[in-house]
Amino acid sequence: MSWAGKILRVNLTAGTVTTEALRMDWAKLYLGSRGLATKYLVEEIDPKVDPLSNDNKIIWATGPLTGTMASTGGRYTVVTKGPLTGAIACSNSGGYWGAELKTAGWDMVIFEGASPKPVYLSIEDDKVELRDAAHLWGKSVWETEAIIHKTHQDPLVRVSSIGMAGENKVLFAAVVNDLHRAAGRSGVGAVMGSKNLKAVAVRGTKGVGNLANPAEFLKVTAEKKKILAENGVTGQGLPAYGTQVLMNVINEVGALPTRNHRDVQFEGAKDISAEAMATPRATDGKKPLVTNQACFGCTIACGRIQKIDQGHFTVSTKPQYWGASGGLEYEAAWALGAANGVKDLDALQYANVLCNEHGMDPISFGATVGAVMELYEMGVLTKEQIGIDAQFGSPQALAHFAEITAKGEGFGKEIGQGSKRLTIKYGHPDLSMSSKGQEFPAYDGRAIQGIGLAYATSNRGGCHLRGYTIASEVLGIPVKTDPLESAGKPELVKAFQDATAAFDSAGVCIFTSFAWGLADVAPQVAAACGDEFTLENMSLIGERIWNMERDFNNRAGFTSKDDSLPKRLLTEAAKTGPAKGKVNELGKMLPEYYAIRGWDSDGQIKPETRERLGL
Amino acid sequence: MQKSLHINPDKCTGCLQCEMACSYENYGVFAPAKSRIKVFNFHETGRKVPYTCTQCDEAWCLHACPVEAITVDKATGAKVVSESTCVGCKVCTISCPFGTINYMQETGKVQKCDLCGGDPACATACPTGAITFIDSNWTGLSKMQAWADKLGNQAAA
Repeated sequence: MSWAGKILRVNLTAGTVTTEALRMDWAKLYLGSRGLATKYLVEEIDPKVDPLSNDNKIIWATGPLTGTMASTGGRYTVVTKGPLTGAIACSNSGGYWGAELKTAGWDMVIFEGASPKPVYLSIEDDKVELRDAAHLWGKSVWETEAIIHKTHQDPLVRVSSIGMAGENKVLFAAVVNDLHRAAGRSGVGAVMGSKNLKAVAVRGTKGVGNLANPAEFLKVTAEKKKILAENGVTGQGLPAYGTQVLMNVINEVGALPTRNHRDVQFEGAKDISAEAMATPRATDGKKPLVTNQACFGCTIACGRIQKIDQGHFTVSTKPQYWGASGGLEYEAAWALGAANGVKDLDALQYANVLCNEHGMDPISFGATVGAVMELYEMGVLTKEQIGIDAQFGSPQALAHFAEITAKGEGFGKEIGQGSKRLTIKYGHPDLSMSSKGQEFPAYDGRAIQGIGLAYATSNRGGCHLRGYTIASEVLGIPVKTDPLESAGKPELVKAFQDATAAFDSAGVCIFTSFAWGLADVAPQVAAACGDEFTLENMSLIGERIWNMERDFNNRAGFTSKDDSLPKRLLTEAAKTGPAKGKVNELGKMLPEYYAIRGWDSDGQIKPETRERLGL
Repeated sequence: MQKSLHINPDKCTGCLQCEMACSYENYGVFAPAKSRIKVFNFHETGRKVPYTCTQCDEAWCLHACPVEAITVDKATGAKVVSESTCVGCKVCTISCPFGTINYMQETGKVQKCDLCGGDPACATACPTGAITFIDSNWTGLSKMQAWADKLGNQAAA
């Protein structure tokens, strides 16, 4: 059946670990990972709970395809109530950790309460124990992993941990595994920190088996791998250039948010693009890009391994940053670059490496720095307050903020609150480029109408991974729609949101959806889990998960007013490019979206919709 | 024709499909911990290197075994461990210069690559061609071809 069938429950207050059988009735309805862990969470916590209090819970979860030979079957999610947003939080990561948990014999780990002192959870198959983490507190993600390897005398232990950002409850702190893969968004790392939980270290030797139809599984997963290999995006573009290949593409369509969304095109785009990563530097003649890297089971291999110029001002006296390391992905390159007007590629790499090392979401960090730079240029913030000249385009300011934010030093403490709280504090709440308190990623909602609606309605706040309409609106996958046209986008957004929820819950990577539809995922799940997982059922599961998340947010106090975009996207027209003169037409799209969803005009789920979805 | 596993680390992405294929072939589960081929990820350089038994002609493990549990598969040239004969003494694990024969606590025996009887699952599973199963006499062929192209296949000046 592909699920391990067992979960771990760790009460951090009492220091106890217990095991439970997986609720198979829920697994049939919510599949795994994102969907299933969210089901556990919404059943167990009060939606109004303070995310950083002992009453919140946090869950690490795998899907039924995690740990199998299905391509990209290495994903796991961290699910909790997010401190950045106050909404449901579900952050997804690759690397090797998720498969390791599954192969140790566990579908998920639920943490509740809070430990009186720093601890980490050690899982060696059935041997599970909380261990003292006093010696790990204050250490980076990388140091934590190295120390655990040494303590356990086992270099094959996989570690999912927080760095100083999580310990200091930076509201966009990430959970990082395998050095540079992250469950990055919504501040899941801060929840971990609030519970005095430093790391979850796993070594699994049992393996994943028990497939419903083993011969069919090997056959169908091989067929689906072939589709990925033969597709231009997943077979060539992503392995060669990574997601950063989008930089010039999105700039061309005038949708590259620049200088805190003041502009929609960046004159330095080519300097921070994937092509620049693959071009020898003028300074040392070396390419920043060293090689690509796959996550567990992934036959795409979009991950980037880079090296920073040793002579660059950020690292010239810090040899610890001269080796190969993870990055840049498109979203990070945008957030650290275009969002701040910075086109110094090495500075972006450095800031990105610090985000990995100390466990921070580069999107929310970079976007918050963008807001700080705008406030600085307006004279609202001064050099005396923030410690450095911070005009747009300053790589020095970017590097400085990256150094102080995770550590909670000086003005870094305020950046660590995210752009919403920071801009409110300084009297300009309209300058936070966010929805539900979470900063937008790298696409402008004025030039790509559907993504604006996706941002406004994302259950975890501003996010591209809850409904990546860019695929259709820019890349023409599965069909091309006009990015400047808002008509038809409510349907498109709903379709992407529901399908994504099903992909995430199966345990595969959403990047497969450049080549796969849900019709390609369903037979893999069916071969692993049973024939009832038809395309139709998978679509319904995705929609059910979306509505469950929405229901949690509604009960947490969110209303239709929170399905919003900042004034800038709704009233300040794009200045250049194909979208010149356009704003986002959210007002037109939202009512239609609610109607298609089966929600009332306040965004509440109608009783008949609940009934149809079995909620 | 004898064939050998040929490894090109330049092409390895670290996806571990080979490890899963190996463990599934031998134990029916996806379990890198049970795999006879291992991918090493050298973080400081970004290099990923798959490594497994090269099937030495004069195999140290075979000669060291006191109970003759390791024999040559005449069809493939693989050095194969007989689980029913192996006593788990681990002397072979000491004698092998490459570390590619290892003890398994779960079975009390040693395990090593046996080329899956002539159709190695790791090579089939590898999505990038980092692991191939090719003519033992010509494992250098593609490298030779690349250099021949570089040195001799240029337009005349």
